[in-house]
Amino acid sequence: MSQLPLRAQLASALGRTAATLSRATGRGDGSVIGGRVGLMLEPDLLRQLAADRRLALVSATNGKTTTTRLIASALRQLGEVATNAFGANMPAGHVSALSSAKDAPYAVLEVDEKYLPEVLDTTQAGVVCLMNLSRDQMDRAAEIWLLAQKWRRALASRPTLVIANCDDPLVAWAASGAARVSWVAAGQRWREDSWCCPECGGPLDRKGADWACRECVFRRPTPSWVLDGEDVIDPRGQRWRLDLQLPGQANRANGAIALATVAAFGLEPGHALLGLREVTSVAGRYTTVERDGRSLRLLLAKNPAGWLEAFDVSDPALPIILSVNAQGPDGRDTSWLWDVDYRILMGRPVLVTGERRRDLALRLYVAGVPFQLCDSFGQAVAVLPPGRIDVIANYTAFQQIRTEFGRAE
Amino acid sequence: MTSHLRLVWIYPDLLSTYGDQGNVLVLEQRARARGMSVETVHVRSSDPVPEQGDIYLIGGGEDRPQILGAERLRKDGGLHRAIGRGAALLAVCAGYQIMGTVFGGEEGQPVPGIGLLDISSGRGERRAVGELAAEVDPALGVPTLTGFENHMGVTRLGPGVRPLSRTIVGTGNGDGTEGCYAGKVIGTYLHGPALARNPGLADLLLAWTAGPLAPIDDTWYQRLREERLAAVLPG
Repeated sequence: MSQLPLRAQLASALGRTAATLSRATGRGDGSVIGGRVGLMLEPDLLRQLAADRRLALVSATNGKTTTTRLIASALRQLGEVATNAFGANMPAGHVSALSSAKDAPYAVLEVDEKYLPEVLDTTQAGVVCLMNLSRDQMDRAAEIWLLAQKWRRALASRPTLVIANCDDPLVAWAASGAARVSWVAAGQRWREDSWCCPECGGPLDRKGADWACRECVFRRPTPSWVLDGEDVIDPRGQRWRLDLQLPGQANRANGAIALATVAAFGLEPGHALLGLREVTSVAGRYTTVERDGRSLRLLLAKNPAGWLEAFDVSDPALPIILSVNAQGPDGRDTSWLWDVDYRILMGRPVLVTGERRRDLALRLYVAGVPFQLCDSFGQAVAVLPPGRIDVIANYTAFQQIRTEFGRAE
Repeated sequence: MTSHLRLVWIYPDLLSTYGDQGNVLVLEQRARARGMSVETVHVRSSDPVPEQGDIYLIGGGEDRPQILGAERLRKDGGLHRAIGRGAALLAVCAGYQIMGTVFGGEEGQPVPGIGLLDISSGRGERRAVGELAAEVDPALGVPTLTGFENHMGVTRLGPGVRPLSRTIVGTGNGDGTEGCYAGKVIGTYLHGPALARNPGLADLLLAWTAGPLAPIDDTWYQRLREERLAAVLPG
């Protein structure tokens, strides 16, 4: 790492102080405020902090925090890694992450979808990985076709290596204008946002994992990495059993993307997997907490595609508590509940809580899924007999539950 | 009362951005609760719109899908023929704008609609995002509308339509009214599952098709309505 200019050093140091103060006074983990202070003092700070590092950016609607964690865990075998582990995924969070690991030669940053073009431009990252795009909190997030178009423009004629999921047509379209792409067949469970060709609007014909536009030449690119059940097949045709500690198909997809990404840093799958398998829980997700003889496994689902992934991980033999809020970070609009098919829960004890439990109650009623409404999470837990329980919650509902249990990982 | 209901959901592949499926599910549930059998057809944008449906639904979407949807509906002509023979239609958000003579495209350019409603839409100054509540035209006998809007459209109503409601909270058409109707065609800016929070509107569509309806258990609908209206209405 070359020496930062004096102004940037000062901005970075004051930002870290602000972060420490914020943590010490119990206001949060400090990663946003610290970065904000730094950027206020030196607006060019992110560019300067990113320079001379080998940097990967990770963006998607779902799985970016987990994939960032998997990549960072693997890269640590090569040296120190700067990363925004707590999901502060806008420029202030990036400044904070890079600033707190000044000498790390490697960096992996999770990036909010909307900020990707800006952050790519500022940091000139050498590697970008893109996993999926689907409907998500549209009262505040960008429309996804528009987002894909912005990604496409940002990636065109840039030397960056793009690691992209070729099974998601919107992602494939966004990445296909880039000069260098390593395609990964990581799968696509949620398809409701990609029935039409992003290039021309024509219908996409699908056959298994393959897809092609009926009206123009746009079609699924040929992957060099393939996720095949529990295994990843690398570009040389070698098969690797993932054996992650994180559960479910969505995490295997994240694992496949992570393997392809760290390969670009010179890390072979055999070595990379040792790092990937160390990750057990990401910001409380998949954690099990205990209360009064009940073991509650916490699953986060922020949008329809995320709910499908959570259902995939959830054990159909267990009772389930669902908690839904509609605060700012969740999206104030609960319409998305109607895009989730809850009938898969039929036959299990279903308890409904959260600030918008009445929205969810009506949704389940119309779907014909029996449920019990509970005024609080504690009440829902108490209603169920001791034993294992799965919990699916959206963003702030999840944070509330974690806070109740002391945010234990 | 008609015992068989044919629902047609138009272009879920293009115009179904956020929970629009909810309107289909609510109509199905409320029809079945009254002993009707229901047949639902999902019409992809590459397929012709069938003419024999009873209630047609079209949802919201982004700019490009909206323009594509309007082009395909105009070329197809099936929806016009269905409305011509007396079918009902609920058009939501982007789908609502498409029903007019013109709407605003990606750069605000005028794009021709399909002319089923006497309205014209353009782009407003700022995005209207948030809860909406509105008093429905008393002639329709439907209680206060509640829902969520998320759009940049401003819609001018012509003499061939009547406002669906007058806004208490929210933006709607932009002139103090929200949505419109003419014959059995209803348009609204309440996006996504508008009928989930407005079962009265769902029953209006059903009654237009099937005649007078028997009362059904409305508990969960009413509990949600009460909460949402209490959250936004003054006093």
